[in-house]
Amino acid sequence: MTEPGEPSIGAVDEGQGGNRGGYDATFRVWRGEASGGELQTFTVPVNEGEVVLDVIHRLQATQAGDLAVRWNCKAGKCGSCSAEVNGRPRLMCLTRMSTFAEDETVTVTPLRTFPVIRDLVTDVSYNYEKAAQIPAFTPRPRDPDGNHRMQQVDVDRPQEFRKCIECWLCQNTCHVIRDHEENKAAFAGPRFLIRLAELDMHPLDVVDRRDAAQEEFGLGYCNITKCCSEVCPEGIHLTDNGIIPLKERVVDRKYDPLTWLGSKIRRRRPD
Amino acid sequence: MTTTAPRGTGAASPGHGGEGPAPRRAAIAARTLRTDRWWLQPLLTVLALVAFVGYSTFRAFQNAYYFSEPYISPFYSPCITTGCEGETFPELFTGPAWISPAIYILVVPLGFRLTCYYYRKAYYRSFWLSPPACAVAEPHRRYTGETRLPLLGQNLHRYFFYLGLLFNVVLTYDAVLAFRDETGAWGHMGLGTLVLLANAALLWLYSLSCHSCRHAVGGRINSFSRHPLRYRAWTLVSRLNARHMQYAWISLFGVAFADFYVFLLATGTISDPRFF
Amino acid sequence: MELERHSYDVVVVGAGGAGLRAAIAAHEAGARTAVVCKSLLGKAHTVMAEGGIAAAMGNAYAEDDWRVHFRDTMRGGKMLNHWRMAQLHAQEAPDRVRELEDWGALFDRTPDGLISQRDFGGHRYARLAHVGDRTGLELIRTLQQRTVALGVDVYMECTVTRLLTGPAGGGGAGEEHGITGAFGYWRESGRFLAWEAPSVVLATGGIGKAWKVTSNSWEYTGDGHSLALAAGAGLVNMEFVQFHPTGMVWPPSVRGILVTESVRGDGGVLRNSAGNRFMFDYIPDFFRKETAETEDEADRWYDDKKNNRRPPELLPRDEVARAINSEVKAGRGSPHGGVFLDIASRRPAEYVRRRLPSMYHQFKELADVDITAEAMEVGPTCHYVMGGVEVDPDTAAASVPGLFAAGEVAGGMHGSNRLGGNSLSDLLVFGRRAGAAAAEHAGKRAGLVALREEALAEAARAALEPFEREGGENPYAVQSELQQTMHDLVGIIRTAPEMERALKRIAVLRERVAALSVEGHRQYNPGWHLALDLPHLLAVSECVARAALAREESRGGHTRDDFPAADPGWGRLNLVCTRTPDGAVTVTRQPLPEMPPELAEVFEEQT
Repeated sequence: MTEPGEPSIGAVDEGQGGNRGGYDATFRVWRGEASGGELQTFTVPVNEGEVVLDVIHRLQATQAGDLAVRWNCKAGKCGSCSAEVNGRPRLMCLTRMSTFAEDETVTVTPLRTFPVIRDLVTDVSYNYEKAAQIPAFTPRPRDPDGNHRMQQVDVDRPQEFRKCIECWLCQNTCHVIRDHEENKAAFAGPRFLIRLAELDMHPLDVVDRRDAAQEEFGLGYCNITKCCSEVCPEGIHLTDNGIIPLKERVVDRKYDPLTWLGSKIRRRRPD
Repeated sequence: MTTTAPRGTGAASPGHGGEGPAPRRAAIAARTLRTDRWWLQPLLTVLALVAFVGYSTFRAFQNAYYFSEPYISPFYSPCITTGCEGETFPELFTGPAWISPAIYILVVPLGFRLTCYYYRKAYYRSFWLSPPACAVAEPHRRYTGETRLPLLGQNLHRYFFYLGLLFNVVLTYDAVLAFRDETGAWGHMGLGTLVLLANAALLWLYSLSCHSCRHAVGGRINSFSRHPLRYRAWTLVSRLNARHMQYAWISLFGVAFADFYVFLLATGTISDPRFF
Repeated sequence: MELERHSYDVVVVGAGGAGLRAAIAAHEAGARTAVVCKSLLGKAHTVMAEGGIAAAMGNAYAEDDWRVHFRDTMRGGKMLNHWRMAQLHAQEAPDRVRELEDWGALFDRTPDGLISQRDFGGHRYARLAHVGDRTGLELIRTLQQRTVALGVDVYMECTVTRLLTGPAGGGGAGEEHGITGAFGYWRESGRFLAWEAPSVVLATGGIGKAWKVTSNSWEYTGDGHSLALAAGAGLVNMEFVQFHPTGMVWPPSVRGILVTESVRGDGGVLRNSAGNRFMFDYIPDFFRKETAETEDEADRWYDDKKNNRRPPELLPRDEVARAINSEVKAGRGSPHGGVFLDIASRRPAEYVRRRLPSMYHQFKELADVDITAEAMEVGPTCHYVMGGVEVDPDTAAASVPGLFAAGEVAGGMHGSNRLGGNSLSDLLVFGRRAGAAAAEHAGKRAGLVALREEALAEAARAALEPFEREGGENPYAVQSELQQTMHDLVGIIRTAPEMERALKRIAVLRERVAALSVEGHRQYNPGWHLALDLPHLLAVSECVARAALAREESRGGHTRDDFPAADPGWGRLNLVCTRTPDGAVTVTRQPLPEMPPELAEVFEEQT
């Protein structure tokens, strides 16, 4: 219960205290669908502390009720509101308006690598198809007391990759599929290469996915140009900690003369 | 009744690489909508690498001014033919006089750097424009990456790394020999000694921070807790690895500078300041 | 009628933790199972859970066992919980956590390699299995990957608008009325589809989007609560809404986003504008025995939990939220209308970054605040509804045959207030039970249910109505007015006149919703989607307001300014909301189920 004039939770509000740092911004937003579309220009108010997604929501509520945008948590945890802001793949909820000059035009477009559904929403089912192809986690048996025992130092590495919020920005920015639609069949994209790395480094997992990484998921397509690491909102070092170690593990398996010789002599290696 | 299936709209529709937007993607004509100076980084990389390649090619073929007692240029070490100036390494054979001794050994540092995970990024981006910068379209119609020869050969990086370590030993040995004076007596130190020492140190940093090294010392094992020493080593190399790019550049300029310093001495342009 | 049709044994609505766990259980029990979710798979609100999964595994303190957890849960809920749910929850949570490891989850470890457990408000021992402060993400990803590996069908970006009921082949005398399936639309294309299924598991989460300041995402519009109500099920404990004490208050655009309780568990303290640790002034008698009285004792507790009592910052959430509310009202708040949460002056920067990486990240990215250098500004935010579908504890079955509910949409488990960490364990324990029971139910009815054509046509017609009206109101305006109403009149502190006003406004809003119109077409049209969600929001808002008006006492997540004390008489009663044939909501009183003596003993021996 709050009486008028009484302080209340979050009392400072958009509507009070005059125009605190508010200004009108120029937004260019791509609107359209698979059959075609264009950049539309809007003039829209911006308040202090806002992010691009706030402005898109304001457009939705005031000027374009059917502007399609995908979002959920608005806190950088779910990875839904991926788009390209001034040409750079970003989460709209983590792109603060204060990073732009007030007279700078902000251009918001859908992810380029995936088919567009409508406006800023794209069909990301490619990623779900790739996810389903990864050979599932397969643990060793539990200890006799019913627990699994692992040391923190052993789980640190795969834990980094499990921070992934599946925003698909790395998949979107990767030129292997961004610029070459035909590679989608043979290449799983950075997100799933680090998924393979995660499973290969998982202390409990017993399956060897190194051949599959090279043959089925297209590890060789990656030319480690590191755009995936650049765009990752979680700061995961996809290339240095995931993809390169995976490439090295594949070399162990496939391009190491000693291993090769061993596999010829013994036919089946225990690992 | 329709069959029971999850939504499967299928995204992989092949056959439209490099020819404008594929069907069903958002129709945006611009190659990129980036507003920053994304071309600056690849441009600087090209300029720096071209300058280095130009200089080192000239010096490697010059076959002169690479030795000034007690210093030998890193481009020519190990110097393995009978035609070598100075006595820094066992002379293994006599080649045709017109072939510079640098040519025989160049393949190792060149191979190490060419297959290095950092340099690959640098030249794929800046020379091959694949891609020139993130979210900027590349000009090629087709792309197969490192899936086939010759680029499949990038997987040989670790063998160049091992050979490169041997070279580091030789160059460190050269730096140690630089504590002798022109007469071969120990107890000398000039600016050239420091230059060779710094060069060797930078090469060690560059080599030990390499991704293959990180893998070899511990990265390949899954149970760090059962290999505490290798875990310590891996942690150390990982810390170096985070600066691999910096070491790659600094050591590149270090090598060129060490050579240039020896060149200046050998041509008599300057004389070596002596500390003792 | 022309529409996409599917047939399953079990349809799970919602792909958060409870929904995915239910789907896994149903699939493993041999049922043909589908999951339907409004967002993409893996984006569910469960990812926002930060602290951990409460389970008495005894890894940190061997003294911990399910009885202690049971007692903590009941006491946290002010004894209004369904004892059987609290019991099953405490008993089964450890197994549910261990099984996540078999599916690939990687929890933080103790020095001897077991799952590490952290302290949390209201829990006597450190018992939250966690992964840094992103436990919810780990849980959702693990269950998602398991679901995919099992090959369960997932309908992503697909909204259920109706549960279909009819003669359900019960086999009893005459035809039993029950679930026959569900009707919905693809968000992408706007096309309709229907699932024929004898069992539907609701796992739709909560109702937070009825409030203005909330930690919940757009999806939390009370769909499951409202669908169950419309299908004839009862909603229990709807007056109890948890306001998490620490949400962000600045900048305005992120107001309400959660600041995890782990900040306090790991050493953070609350201060007012005068710099005082005000929580010492708000220790209720109920918790006095186990709460530290001095700052020294509270600070010692972090290192020596056996010989010291807990800091008052770790009291249950309802207590802390009320205390913050009072401080702000007394004029001792922070510049932006919250209080200060300070960990910067109490822990080294490196410790904060390691223990609370996502919080560090969140404040840095969203508010440009470095929490290792300065205090955060926080205030209460609507977080969780304790109330939900009244279910049988062992099977999670609602009163409508074939309808099951698990997770936040189910009621009873948490009584009047939920302890932090108990929601993730709740959704695992009851998600599994719901899925298994739904599969068993379907096994008995396979092939006996059928969809009625006229019901499908009616559902389609209702969904398209907003397009047919012209010049009507914008759905965003109506939603924001509802949110303001609930914020002002049915918030943390409530009075009878305000709630009566709220009910009047809700009635007006209902008429306005009936006259909404939306622009554009059916393809991915957020305005239309909101227009279809609004009736759900109104239904749950009305249930909350009616139940809150009826309960004339203060308890847990329900505080009445006009009845500030807990009333023992009310302490023996639950309130159940049901839909009358004419569409109105009625509230009935129902005595609490009686706890068996062997469980009641737990409270005598350990106080």
